[in-house]
Amino acid sequence: MRTALFLLLLVAFAAVPGSLVPQQTSDPNGVIQYKAENPGWSKVLDFLGVFNTYSSVWFSAIYILLFISLIGCIIPRTLHHINALRTPPPKTPVRLDRLPGFLRSTDAVASDEEVAAGIVAARTLLRGSGYRVRTFDGESASAERGYLRETGNLIFHIALVGILISVGLGGGFIWTGQKVVPVGQSFANTLSDYDSISPGRWFSPDSLDPYKLTVTKFDVKYERANLNAYGDITDYTAYVRTSEPGKPTINETIKVNSPLDIGGTNVYLLSNGYAPVVTVRNPAGKVVYTQPIPFLPQDNNYTSEGVIKVPDGLSKQVGMVGFFYPTQCDTKTCGLAPVSVDPSLTNPVLTLQVYTGDLGLNSGKPVNAYALDTDNLKVIAGQKSGKPGLTLRPGQTVKLPDGLGTIELNKVIRYVGLDIHHDPTQLWVLTFAVLVFLGLITGLFIPRRRVWIKAVRRAGKVHYEYAGLARGEDPRLDDAVAEIARKHSQLLGLNMKP
Amino acid sequence: MTIVHEAVTQATLVTDSLVAIYSAMFVYALAFIFFTYDLAKRMSAAKQVSAVPAVAEVSSKRVGQIAVLDRPTAPAPPGFEVAAQSNRSGAAKRSFSARLGMIFTVMAWLLHVGGTVLRGVAAGRVPWANMFEFTLTATAIIIGVFLVMQFWQDLQFLGAYVTGFVLVFLGVATTNFYVDVVPLPPALQSYWLVIHVFVASLGTGFYGLGAALSIVQLVQARRASRGLNAIGAVPTAERLEALAYRLIVVGFVFWTFTLIAGSIWAEHAWGRYWGWDTKEVWTFIVWVIFAGYIHARATRGWRGSRSATLAIIGFSAVLFNFTIVNVYFHGLHSYSGL
Repeated sequence: MRTALFLLLLVAFAAVPGSLVPQQTSDPNGVIQYKAENPGWSKVLDFLGVFNTYSSVWFSAIYILLFISLIGCIIPRTLHHINALRTPPPKTPVRLDRLPGFLRSTDAVASDEEVAAGIVAARTLLRGSGYRVRTFDGESASAERGYLRETGNLIFHIALVGILISVGLGGGFIWTGQKVVPVGQSFANTLSDYDSISPGRWFSPDSLDPYKLTVTKFDVKYERANLNAYGDITDYTAYVRTSEPGKPTINETIKVNSPLDIGGTNVYLLSNGYAPVVTVRNPAGKVVYTQPIPFLPQDNNYTSEGVIKVPDGLSKQVGMVGFFYPTQCDTKTCGLAPVSVDPSLTNPVLTLQVYTGDLGLNSGKPVNAYALDTDNLKVIAGQKSGKPGLTLRPGQTVKLPDGLGTIELNKVIRYVGLDIHHDPTQLWVLTFAVLVFLGLITGLFIPRRRVWIKAVRRAGKVHYEYAGLARGEDPRLDDAVAEIARKHSQLLGLNMKP
Repeated sequence: MTIVHEAVTQATLVTDSLVAIYSAMFVYALAFIFFTYDLAKRMSAAKQVSAVPAVAEVSSKRVGQIAVLDRPTAPAPPGFEVAAQSNRSGAAKRSFSARLGMIFTVMAWLLHVGGTVLRGVAAGRVPWANMFEFTLTATAIIIGVFLVMQFWQDLQFLGAYVTGFVLVFLGVATTNFYVDVVPLPPALQSYWLVIHVFVASLGTGFYGLGAALSIVQLVQARRASRGLNAIGAVPTAERLEALAYRLIVVGFVFWTFTLIAGSIWAEHAWGRYWGWDTKEVWTFIVWVIFAGYIHARATRGWRGSRSATLAIIGFSAVLFNFTIVNVYFHGLHSYSGL
């Protein structure tokens, strides 16, 4: 117990640093920022693995030790408990008057047969109250109940080991992927169609169930009645059409708190935003680029940032860094710097800075689609170029500088960011968690107690004595003994001696 | 027209709710004053009696050992321990000021519950969707459990602590945590908000009272070890420990449920049941500390003052989790609205 206590407190203590420092798994951007702000100190933390506290060697060592000590405790206790389950209650102590809850009845004259009948009555009464009973020579009854307390306690601890094993072994089978899908487009569950994927150790691309999912509509509801929350978003709903091989297509919805269960995966709606659809033409008017570009929201009013890369078709490679404002504030009220004042698409404006040069797309290395490295590019509109940036509203076309061609903002559509997860451990973990809870309740609240009823002869008369003993916490022991004594003495027509 | 009408009704309800809460705070303050006066009287009474310290010396040696019984007992067979004797100390004389304190506490609690319910009605949902509302509900639960416990054990000596604590938190909630009624963001629109958060506040309430009893337990144990008399009409350290344990065990069950329900909700909303989010980490830390507390009670040499200290540390971690983690830490649970 001392070891378990020590290791428990150590786990609690060791979990603290991971909450004070951003974690690689839950907040990767926070880690980058933290490292930039504390370059020296973060080297020490990095060495100690604090940015990955919960998978670090030292944290793992502590909880593995805890679980080893737990298993070392469960095994002997289980054996001992199985033994106890098969052992009848122990002999009645010689003297009951020094045990808790001791009570005695009044004296009565009674024959041996009547005493034996009194003990039989005691046995029936105790059995009826859920006790396991053993009688001794028609003189006393020894009873025990609450074996379920230890059973629950053991189930609680075994289920904790079960959770750890499910998480530890199952982790290799989990994979999670991300995909951004503009409304009207589809996602196919094949490795090449994911934007990114983090596979577990035993992931195989063949295991992907080849379903297809088309986002047909994306609805957003805004609060307009409550002025304290004007413009707050109250609902997101993605409407999708799914098709699995050999099954008819089905229309489904995905919401923030209700993922879609399909093909062994859960599909979550974790982000969304606006995707301006732009068309770039060369000076001859030929379309060289046209597609929706997902812009990442930067604030609650969906001021969004995005990047357009046009590597082919124009005389130079062109990259554009854009800001999108779904409801741009009037310059008279908000000043010259553009700002979005509402998340809905009321007064949409797209602004672009234009760069030329090598976009770095030909090196074969994967490039972040949402970022443009402008270090080696030449700015030709906006920023320090001396020329104003481009400003577009839906339906408008403007010329690119240097006679490169034109760009048109056709329209603005929504996109959804889907997370696709496959986690076979969930059901196991849930089952063990339920067992933990049930085991906890039975292990804590079912009292384990022994009760004795004994006939005592003195000076030709007989009286009955009652006492109990608790294993573990049992605040109601005295009441329980008193209740049994009352019932038993009543059956025999005796009173309790005050 | 209807929109305007609804907005007006909502504004009235919000104002009524706040008026009820402020009134509750005023009445709690009165209760606090009377409870404190009562406590001061108990302390001074204890001082006068303690001129004869010899009796207490004996019991001091037992502090921290197995629960001391009022009656001599036979040595228990191995593995069995004798349950703490329940001495119903409610028979002790109740002072007039303590009685006034209780009356004011009940009045304040009714206002408090009324204000909390009105807030829920105004918002058209459960009143625990942000820090302000959570504080209203959790403090109402603390007082509720405190009042219900009176039927079964006289806890008036805790009145000053409990009303003082609740008063401070209501003060912080109304001045620092207050937010207008706004609709729930999509992530919070789930029946798990009703279950997970309410059970968390139940757990907080039980832990809070358990920790309060543990503090008094430490005071009593300390007085006993210094040969001072016990504070008047306050149970012995052993009895307090038994009471604290029973409350904390209930709190622990609620907390375990909160963790499991939270994991299920996290799986629905964020796509994973556990991700070491700061709030998850601290809820886990609290769970482990109280698991440690329960083990400590079964460990030789850790019963008594040591386990009481663990309970107090555990509840401090609960408060830290609710205040500092919510306000200053980054994480997915940033719904405080601050």
